[in-house]
Amino acid sequence: MTGPVLDVSNLQVTFRARGRSVTALRDVSFTLHPGKTLALVGESGSGKSVSSLAIMGLLPKNGAVAGGEIRYRRPDGKVSDLTTLPEREMRKLRGSSIAMIFQEPMSLLNPLFTIGDQIGEMLLLHDPLDAQARRKRVLEMLELVEIPAAASRLDNYPHELSGGMRQRVMIALALVCNPTLLIADEPTTALDVTIQAQILDLMRRLQKEMGMSILFITHDMGVVAEVADDVAVMYAGAIVEQAAVDTLFARPSHPYTRGLLGSIPMPGRPEGERLVPIPGTVPPLHAMPPGCAFAPRCKRADHACEHPVTLSELGQGHRIACFHPVSQEVEHV
Amino acid sequence: MARYIFKRLIGMMIVIFIVLTIAFIIVRLAPGDPAALMLGPDASAEDAAALRQQLGLDRPIMVQYLSFVGNALQGNLGESLFFNQPVTQVLAGRAEPTIFLSLFSLLIALVIATPIGIYAAYRRGSFLDQAAITTAMLAASIPSFWTGLMLQRYLATDLGWFPVSGYGGPDTGFLERMRYLLLPSIVLGIVNSALILRFTRASMLDILGEDYIRTARSKGMGERRVVLRHALKNAAIPIITVVGLTFALLVSGAVVTERVFNIPGMGNLVVSAVLRRDYPVIQGALIVVASLYVLINLLTDLLYLVVDKRVKY
Ligand SMILES: Nc1ncnc2c1ncn2[C@@H]1O[C@H](COP(=O)(O)OP(=O)(O)OP(=O)(O)O)[C@@H](O)[C@H]1O
Ligand SMILES: [Mg+2]
Repeated sequence: MTGPVLDVSNLQVTFRARGRSVTALRDVSFTLHPGKTLALVGESGSGKSVSSLAIMGLLPKNGAVAGGEIRYRRPDGKVSDLTTLPEREMRKLRGSSIAMIFQEPMSLLNPLFTIGDQIGEMLLLHDPLDAQARRKRVLEMLELVEIPAAASRLDNYPHELSGGMRQRVMIALALVCNPTLLIADEPTTALDVTIQAQILDLMRRLQKEMGMSILFITHDMGVVAEVADDVAVMYAGAIVEQAAVDTLFARPSHPYTRGLLGSIPMPGRPEGERLVPIPGTVPPLHAMPPGCAFAPRCKRADHACEHPVTLSELGQGHRIACFHPVSQEVEHV
Repeated sequence: MARYIFKRLIGMMIVIFIVLTIAFIIVRLAPGDPAALMLGPDASAEDAAALRQQLGLDRPIMVQYLSFVGNALQGNLGESLFFNQPVTQVLAGRAEPTIFLSLFSLLIALVIATPIGIYAAYRRGSFLDQAAITTAMLAASIPSFWTGLMLQRYLATDLGWFPVSGYGGPDTGFLERMRYLLLPSIVLGIVNSALILRFTRASMLDILGEDYIRTARSKGMGERRVVLRHALKNAAIPIITVVGLTFALLVSGAVVTERVFNIPGMGNLVVSAVLRRDYPVIQGALIVVASLYVLINLLTDLLYLVVDKRVKY
């Protein structure tokens, strides 16, 4: 068995904002295995998008990787640290072997170019095909993502397509060069529930057919349950727990993970049981407590939690950063 | 599309009709006898009567109006009182320098403003960005006659790189005539680049923050392609608008520069016509410039259609 496709360890990202430097990612470590889907979950502002942009090498101009490694296994088996890869090299990987889907289907595609142009451009950049072969390949992709009357859509502009169709185009665009790693940053959040289910189905099917690994960013535990093999839970710029999806749902050990699972409706939860949102809010980036960032909101916190906490192994790839993990099983799940 | 153009053409005709009406009324609104006004205080009563008859001012006002509009639509804008030539001929004789001056100025303004505007937006907040904005503000706030006089003095008189003023004589060749326009074009180009630069920068800044720019980057293309292909096309519409407006303003408003460089263009003509109370020429210039405005407006709107397929009319 080969090693992980993506192995992020102790990643730190800082932003310069109004003369101040803030740390958006303090300590992000997770592992994505070949052909698997790792869900990255966490509340808004926890650093999920920043993590994905750091992997793509597309952090905003005022941001930079300040530490850690992003080890990526290329299709040829060679492992590179993306944080130190020169931009020229990075550009070759970007789009071809590492592709990304973003959240906002309405604004993701350039309004002034046709669908065919935009998908074809990806091939133009990475794959030397003549114009006719390119068009054929684009058409195949549109058919693959189940766009009805695909041939007639090639020359459409984005505004002529619905949100769900655009997200399909985005998927076709991301997959046209057969990437081994797909980063999907909340690809279905902006879509309504039926369309969301269709897109998730499509992604699952394509993953099976094309064998890529997916880093799936979401804050929806329902989606996690549907798509993920493994889950990494993020809080205030750090991973607090990573485990296989079954383990995580059966034995969530970090109080924050428990809170997340408790604050959303779950299938199997008895009718009438109150959903308890986690009290308090995420501390602002410039005022992080020195120890565990969740401690101020945690019922189990004590003096020990004022010290820095790092991920440690509970067994079978279940890792947790907590001095007082919860140990009992969750019922009803 | 054809329907849209048809609708626009009808609109254009209405606007031109209104302009004709205004031009007609203006002359009649001046207090006193228009003929006496045109001839000045020294004219005799017989002269005034003769002119009234020549201009048809002795006929009922509705008849005057209809024949004025009818003539104008046939391209007859009357006779210049000063030149004793048809107004259309007088205007046509002055159109060449003004049109080329406007075109060159616009070209120079574009060549200066768009690359700097794009670069300033891309490197927002950098030294070059700040320098560009400051210079643009300066260029826009210095009156064009001053810039004109300075450049004329140093580049033409002292260094002899350009002709000092004028537009050559009757037998000056075309290229030679254009040479006379270079320095004034630079002056107007600099002045007008300020506005275009600011519009380009603002518009690019907007676009560079869009999600589809991030998508473009995620495809693994170089920054040049991101900026020049994916961003610039989207930023083009506001830029086209301001360029169209600038051109329209140039054609009608190069008066000061034409004066400074003594170029026999439309601006100069209108100023002299006002001083000489040559009403037919003033009327004619008003009509021509207004029509040009409307036409440029239409052309800009049609350009939107070409650039952006979402624009529906
Ligand atoms: N360009 C930037 N400059 C300064 N701070 C930034 C910048 N981009 C992101 N941040 C900060 O980094 C933190 C993480 O943001 P991020 O967008 O990764 O959150 P997220 O987990 O993706 O949230 P959401 O679920 O809302 O998408 C936030 O506190 C945000 O304010
Ligand atoms: Mg996000």
